[in-house]
Amino acid sequence: MEDCLAKKMEITVSEAEKRTGRNAMNIQETYTAYLIETRAVESQSEGQCGPVESLWRRYSEFELLRNYLSVTYPHIVVPPLPEKRADFVWHKLSADNMDPDFVERRRIGLENFLLRVASHPVLCQDKIFYAFLMQEGGWKELVNETGFQLKADSRLKALNATFRVKNPDKRFTELKHYSDELQSVISHLLRVRARVADRLYGVYKVHGNYGRVFSEWSAIEKEMGDGLQSAGHHMDVYAASIDDILEEEEHYADQLKEYLFYAEALRAVCRKHELMQYDLEMAAQDLTSKKQQCEELATGTVRTFSLKGMTSKLFGQETAEQREAKIKVLEEQIQEGEEQLKSKNLEGRDFVKSAWADIERFKEQKNHDLKEALISYAVMQISMCKKGIQVWTNAKECFSKM
Amino acid sequence: DTSLAEVNSFSPSVPISPSSMTNQYKFEDGPELRDLFITVDDPESHITAIETFITYRVVTKTTRSEFDSSEYEVRRRYQDFLWLKSKLEEAHPTLIIPPLPEKFIMKGMVERFSDEFIETRRKALHKFLNRIADHPTLTFNEDFKIFLTAQAWELSSHKKQGPGLLSRMGQTVRAVASSVRGAVKNRPEMFTEMNNYMEMFSQKINLLDKIAHRIYKEEREYFNEMKEYGPIHTLWSASEEELAESLKGIASCIDRCCRATERRMAGLSEHLLPILHEYVLYTEILVGVLKRRDQIQGELDSKVDALANKKTEKDLFSEEIGKLEDKVERANNALKADWDRWKQNMQWDMRSTFTNVAENNLRYYEE
Repeated sequence: MEDCLAKKMEITVSEAEKRTGRNAMNIQETYTAYLIETRAVESQSEGQCGPVESLWRRYSEFELLRNYLSVTYPHIVVPPLPEKRADFVWHKLSADNMDPDFVERRRIGLENFLLRVASHPVLCQDKIFYAFLMQEGGWKELVNETGFQLKADSRLKALNATFRVKNPDKRFTELKHYSDELQSVISHLLRVRARVADRLYGVYKVHGNYGRVFSEWSAIEKEMGDGLQSAGHHMDVYAASIDDILEEEEHYADQLKEYLFYAEALRAVCRKHELMQYDLEMAAQDLTSKKQQCEELATGTVRTFSLKGMTSKLFGQETAEQREAKIKVLEEQIQEGEEQLKSKNLEGRDFVKSAWADIERFKEQKNHDLKEALISYAVMQISMCKKGIQVWTNAKECFSKM
Repeated sequence: DTSLAEVNSFSPSVPISPSSMTNQYKFEDGPELRDLFITVDDPESHITAIETFITYRVVTKTTRSEFDSSEYEVRRRYQDFLWLKSKLEEAHPTLIIPPLPEKFIMKGMVERFSDEFIETRRKALHKFLNRIADHPTLTFNEDFKIFLTAQAWELSSHKKQGPGLLSRMGQTVRAVASSVRGAVKNRPEMFTEMNNYMEMFSQKINLLDKIAHRIYKEEREYFNEMKEYGPIHTLWSASEEELAESLKGIASCIDRCCRATERRMAGLSEHLLPILHEYVLYTEILVGVLKRRDQIQGELDSKVDALANKKTEKDLFSEEIGKLEDKVERANNALKADWDRWKQNMQWDMRSTFTNVAENNLRYYEE
């Protein structure tokens, strides 16, 4: 990895705090603020770290940062933010944004976001990003000054482009399909996982009832009493163990969710390409028609039906000077158009080149991360089974002593 | 213990061999001394103009000399089992007669002749006969022998002898009425303890039965969700290159977990649920037995009271009282012995059942 910010600086989102304040419409609201701590690290010498700098940011500022990055670097697959609202919850998990578990998981997600940006070879060099980490006051104004919002493409335009592009790049079309598939399969997986978690929770928790009844039953038994009592205790342990197990699984779900949102970012790059392609095709079309017009005026032949042609037939031909003037204007426009087309083509080629480079980088990252996530999920399952074995071995011993 | 493992995985449609049965039940004496082996299988449905009913095949193998042959095969219907039970209760009012499966199931949507219902009933009927066979007294009961050996027409004609159902019911009603009065004040301490114990035990066993059913239900729902979970990974692997192998691996693991869950559920429904249910039924029986003991004592007490009031006819009364005292003593002893035996059995049953559950769970997690 080249020289990126992540190597030079330690970044953590270390705390979350509930705040109340007045929003833009002067209505009181509660929100959570996150503490970002940064510390410069000397890559050469160990133990020589700079002082810890810190500032507070809220989720909406993270959103602003990401929007800025997406618009400013359309050829980059920009890392996603953790979800705004809790999705794919199973019944025990709260869907409340203020719930401490949700806030905690979001804190981790935001830290992950910053680290991803800081390790990206291109994004980490962005000044606004740096300012986000270092400059508390006036950052919002700084971002708005860049005028990035004007560069943002309208959704409608993008949709238009999707349907009207005549020569889409095959690779990008495939990529778009892939990102659609990825999104659909991961969201399906997360939904079912949530349901499985719910059911597993039920199985474990009902065993807790055994504990209670065994304990009450042991009171009336003489020989069986001890065995029952201790077996009951193990049932309680079993029932309680599911809480930790499922909490760990939430972490796995979050890893999958990141790539669910990454699929969206991937699609955004494809869409940008479509748009550029569409723009290009439109510009080329425009140029061709202007050239045609010019030719018609010069040679006096009307090859295509036009209103001009009709009016001239009805109201008489234009004078030679008028025609000359028109031709001149058109020739200028054609010149401009050709230059524009040339630069658009160049832009397009550059875009494809850098986008594809980042897509390759992303693919590698995705394969690596998801493989690790799957492995850790398998490890989690093994550990869950080991715990189960332990509990039931103990229970079996107690039962056999009854 | 490999033989135990085999028993745990037998399929219910295969008739149970006597050797595998020895592992399932506890005996007063060792298994080598068992001389009566009974199986209940092969349910068959019979349709007549009036009704439809199921008969079960009852196969008996024995080395006992009082049996004319060493092997018998007869067909019996649920009514016949009911008859046997009431005859046994009549003959031995203070012995603990094992429970029969219920006539109908109230909860659930199990219809009368669904396969599941028939199988559950068959297993329970099998248990019922074997428990009787294991009982030191009941096993030699004459009606029991007839039940096992008589052909259908022989059994019908035998059934017709003896006091009819109505007269027997009349007896019980009168007996209940009298027992309510005197029995409780003269009841020996031991039986009061038993009553108290049964109250608590009945509560707990009912709860356990409910809990076990609930666990089964939750596991089933878990299984249903898991069935969907695996294939998603396979679907995903189709769009990936490098990740495809890992994803397919996970999908196959999830499928194996599914199968393990199925086995765990089967273990529950084959072992834990029937035993808990049997003991739920047992609590009713035991309460009945304790009541009958109270009745018998009640008879004695009322006669003693009567004697205290009538000075004449002492001798006559004394003889009667003497007989009744004997009866009470015999009843009490029978009950006590049977109670102890029952409790031991219960303990053994519970121990082995729950150990079995634990083993199943271990196997599940190991898989």
